[in-house]
Amino acid sequence: MTTTERRPHTSPEIGGIGHSRPRVEDARFIEGRGNYVDDITLPRMLHMAIHRSPLAHARIISIDTSAAEAVDGVVAVVTGELLANYNLAWMPTLSGDTQAVLATDKVRFQGQEIAAVIATDRYVAEDAARLVEVEYEDLEPIVNPQRALEEDAVVIRDDKDDQTSNLCFEWESGDKALTEAAFAKADKIVSLETHYPRSHPAPLETCGIIADVDSATGQTTLYMTSQAPHAHRTLFALVAGLPEQNIRIISPDIGGGFGNKVPIYPGYVVATAASLVIGQPIKWVESRSENLISTGFARDYYMKGELAVTNDGKILGLRVDMLADEGAFYADAQPSKFRAGLFHIVTGSYDYQAAYVTTRGAYTNKAPGGVAYRCSFRVTEASYLIERLVQNAAYELGIDPAEFRSNNFIQPDQFPYHSPTGFVYDSGDYETAMRLAMDMVGYADIQAEKEQARQEGRLVGIGMASFTEVVGAGHGDDYDIIGLKMFDSAELRIHPTGKAILKLGVKSQGQGHETTFAQIVAEELGIPAGDVKVVEGDTDNTPYGLGTYASRSTPVAGAATAVISRTLREKAKKIAAHLLEASEEDLEWETGKFFVAGDPESSVSIQDIAFAAYTNPPPNVEAGLEGVHYYDPPNMTYPFGTYIVVVDVDPESGQWKVRRMVAVDDCGVKINPMIVEGQIQGGLTEGFAMSSMQHITFDETGNCLGSTFMDYLVPTAWETPRFELGETVTPSPHHPIGAKGVGESATVGSPAAYVNAVVDALQHMGVQNVEMPMTADRVWHVMQEADGG
Amino acid sequence: MYPSKFDYLAPETLEEALTVLAERGDEVKILAGGQSLIPMMKLRLAEPSALLDVNRIPGLDTLSRSNGALHFGSLVRHNDVVKSETANANHTVASAAPWIADPIVRNLGTVAGSLAHHDPEGDWASVMLACGAELVLTSSTGERVVGIDDFLVDMFTTSCQPNEMVTEVRVPAHSASGGGNYQKLERKVGDYATVGVATSLELDETGNIASAGIALTSVYAHNLKVTEAEQSLIGQTPSDDLFAEAGRIASQACSPASDSRGSATYKRHIVHVFTTRGLAKSLEIAQGGQS
Amino acid sequence: MNITVTVNGMQHSADVEPRLLLVDFIRTNLGLTGTHIGCDTTNCGVCTVLIDGTPVKTCTMFAVQANGRSLMTVEGLKQNGELSAMQQAFRDNHGLQCGFCTPAMLLVGTALIEENPDPTEDEIRWAISGNLCRCTGYTNIVKSIEAAAKTTREGASS
Repeated sequence: MTTTERRPHTSPEIGGIGHSRPRVEDARFIEGRGNYVDDITLPRMLHMAIHRSPLAHARIISIDTSAAEAVDGVVAVVTGELLANYNLAWMPTLSGDTQAVLATDKVRFQGQEIAAVIATDRYVAEDAARLVEVEYEDLEPIVNPQRALEEDAVVIRDDKDDQTSNLCFEWESGDKALTEAAFAKADKIVSLETHYPRSHPAPLETCGIIADVDSATGQTTLYMTSQAPHAHRTLFALVAGLPEQNIRIISPDIGGGFGNKVPIYPGYVVATAASLVIGQPIKWVESRSENLISTGFARDYYMKGELAVTNDGKILGLRVDMLADEGAFYADAQPSKFRAGLFHIVTGSYDYQAAYVTTRGAYTNKAPGGVAYRCSFRVTEASYLIERLVQNAAYELGIDPAEFRSNNFIQPDQFPYHSPTGFVYDSGDYETAMRLAMDMVGYADIQAEKEQARQEGRLVGIGMASFTEVVGAGHGDDYDIIGLKMFDSAELRIHPTGKAILKLGVKSQGQGHETTFAQIVAEELGIPAGDVKVVEGDTDNTPYGLGTYASRSTPVAGAATAVISRTLREKAKKIAAHLLEASEEDLEWETGKFFVAGDPESSVSIQDIAFAAYTNPPPNVEAGLEGVHYYDPPNMTYPFGTYIVVVDVDPESGQWKVRRMVAVDDCGVKINPMIVEGQIQGGLTEGFAMSSMQHITFDETGNCLGSTFMDYLVPTAWETPRFELGETVTPSPHHPIGAKGVGESATVGSPAAYVNAVVDALQHMGVQNVEMPMTADRVWHVMQEADGG
Repeated sequence: MYPSKFDYLAPETLEEALTVLAERGDEVKILAGGQSLIPMMKLRLAEPSALLDVNRIPGLDTLSRSNGALHFGSLVRHNDVVKSETANANHTVASAAPWIADPIVRNLGTVAGSLAHHDPEGDWASVMLACGAELVLTSSTGERVVGIDDFLVDMFTTSCQPNEMVTEVRVPAHSASGGGNYQKLERKVGDYATVGVATSLELDETGNIASAGIALTSVYAHNLKVTEAEQSLIGQTPSDDLFAEAGRIASQACSPASDSRGSATYKRHIVHVFTTRGLAKSLEIAQGGQS
Repeated sequence: MNITVTVNGMQHSADVEPRLLLVDFIRTNLGLTGTHIGCDTTNCGVCTVLIDGTPVKTCTMFAVQANGRSLMTVEGLKQNGELSAMQQAFRDNHGLQCGFCTPAMLLVGTALIEENPDPTEDEIRWAISGNLCRCTGYTNIVKSIEAAAKTTREGASS
């Protein structure tokens, strides 16, 4: 690993920021003692299975549950009609739309929930679910957004009084007039039409719940695969009309989330309602197929981008028009003001002041979702589009793509940089990151090899992406999800013996919060990280927070942790002054202790201070050493980096292989470099997956063609490239510890690098684009068309 | 996802198993590795009323070489082939084995079971067609030997009768001047072939082609032996042009469907490319005299 | 049907339906929840355990087929209170994130180095290619298995 070394300020024993501290959570996972939802068994627990629609679009004539009810071991069969009695047949989505919990009027996508069987055994529940009989009247399945918006298309959402077409939303960003003016001045307009294919996060653990409603007390305990337990609790309170104090959501160990576990799914609601009625705990855990066909999909943007450029290689402006396939219910998990998420970060790492983005979303007969799959709300699509466009523009101008980027990068002295779509980039040094990546890969050598290779009948390509992300949403004035401001929280309790518990509103799904957040406390207070227990995922025992997604845990909850640590340090100073019989002004802080200035012998440790906080607090100071902080981020953070991919393409078969993959990331200050690297390696793999194999398609009748892992392809260790990592460190100026967040950078930034590399290998044939996933079949066809044309 | 209910029978001897087949063959499915059958049962694409688990029958798990052929018992697993030195006696077999399913599935899945299942996207049937394998089918009344061409009837259908089971697969070993190869285009490990091409060559003492086998996976309603392409090679002096022509013939003989793995045009093209490459590789082995 | 299975050295007898999948027997009947379920089609491999030392996907095997066999699950890796070399290596090399695929990866790695004490990177990648991971990108899993192979070799030669 190439590094710009940053020495930790604390000793390894303290284990503060910058230490690659081994993970706390590994102790249980490597012994098989993780505790995932499906591992939990409660007394008298029943099991639920869902009957789903085989059709994409049909009117329901009748639902007959009698055969299912007759199966030995079946306790109840729940339908939408039954739920309607409790006003639960429909529920709100995270984008302010409504979604059927169990279909009553129509089915609107294949796999939609129609009835749920509750039985004593999982096998029996599934047997019975198959016996639910539904009579349908076929309707035209609408399987793409282009067809959806044609005038004669049947209206999918006829349940909504004001809905007369399949238009779901329209949204724009930027300055139209300014952009038109920039385009009028351009020497060239470079355009690219491309589709970011529909994908699915597919964490290895599917979604599930155990709903346990105590009919005597009304206490409702929900063990849920939830990335956002507090927000989910509020939604349950609002939707089901349950008193919020009686709802406790426990999100135990989560087997990967990637955005899939942000929405509330019908299964959760049905299991909770059924537990309420039956008075027994009910477990529902999806099968993989249920996960893939019915829970939150991602991407599926049809994008047309145009870049206005000058002959000497300057970008003047950007124009983007998009069409989003939103499925049957608009359920994007994103801040409510932004209908296309944070897509307007699409202007990228480049300096120009004219941009205009328009987006329309359409309802189709597909599963709802639009989740931020390892991405901060549509930033992945944005990054892909601009980095693809930039490469094509460079080709068109006959300039090396790296030099073209360099010509247009926002310069370090321009930060904070006001982007044309309204973002304020906090910090960056794009040129340095790009040059480091180029050095690591040997950019000039590869460029030189390309021509030689062609003469030998080989195809070599090199492609890069110099991405800028926007993460850590966000300030409460602009960012909310269903009205809940996007702050996050940390509660720190330092006990008399100097050991601490840190409670957070976010929820790890593998990111290692139990390890890294303790390191922030260690850094700020000098309490060894091993003495700090981190608690998350239990709404009764953690402060309110919006949850973990959009790379927001470190930018928001990490900041909250630093701030509350500093607040307690201030209080500790008062106690220290009391213990040292000195005035506060005379005290100085050094990791883990206060001492009297000029007299280092007169010191008191944080542990002694903690003890005194409970045994000998100063007069007029409250006993105890604990507090909570709700952090409202003043701005978001803007991680960046350059990824470079070198590929060899087989000219005969279209198969391509990654020869080199160099990734230089700048996520500001790293709390735990080992964990940061792990996050990047994982993200680079998902980027590779999307560019090479991973997508969900539908046939013309709306059948989902990616309903199992046989057809929805997730790469194995064999296909996955080897990664070479490098870093630069440009701290965030507004974040208390200078961190920016890193969990999604690689998923966001890398797909364009893979595609740019393959396009580069074929560019001499006149190839401008290869659509993702770049299957061998597609690459071959692109070559054929180029040859023929 | 769970299978529907079934009776489970696990005989300890072949005689017992054959008696069950004689009595209930129509309703019983034989369970060997189960790596194709059980997923189908979980998806409820198969709902047999009884499973006859033959895994406890001794003597069916041997892989041996005798009389110029490899002999696979019913319970020889894919990974037994990968790890066996003996299996190298047939180069097409040895080259195909590592490409079957994934490494964990290969620990349970069997060669014979895969042939009896006859998924048209299965790799082994192409290997066997190219190499001219024979199968021993045993019933309570005796055994018979059928050629692979006669065994494979149509997708998911073989000439194995309800009262019979495959007890052995015999594949001719390559001579010192023979070679073979399996080319598979798969999107990832564990994927079915987008296209698979099995080739096998034997050279005569002059270096000309004495016999040839070519069979294709996933590009027809069943695994396809391309006799015309094979015939085009026999008696000829090996050359790049000759192999390219055989590849062309093979690509014309197949009839692939467009699907998520690729277009029909693409698959046809790959048959051409992979047949040509596979023959070249087979020749290299044959000329190298590798055993 | 009555079956007797040895799991991590302990014998267990139970009366099970023939259709009970081995993974459900392990998780539900025996309460060994370290073995997970991630798909229905024998692709993801998170249900992998060792049967008589060989890795097998237990979602594609019936419990009745395991009658009389000896299984090792992740819970059996730790011996006499000591982590196995593979467990220690995953810990030391950040070989896991969410932990869901980890038990299977540990067992497949264990079986690999038993058979091949000094595997190359390609051999490791090939050996774990029947097991999916969504978090790590496999890099550190490969590194962990390499490290465990090394410590095991050094332990054997000392």
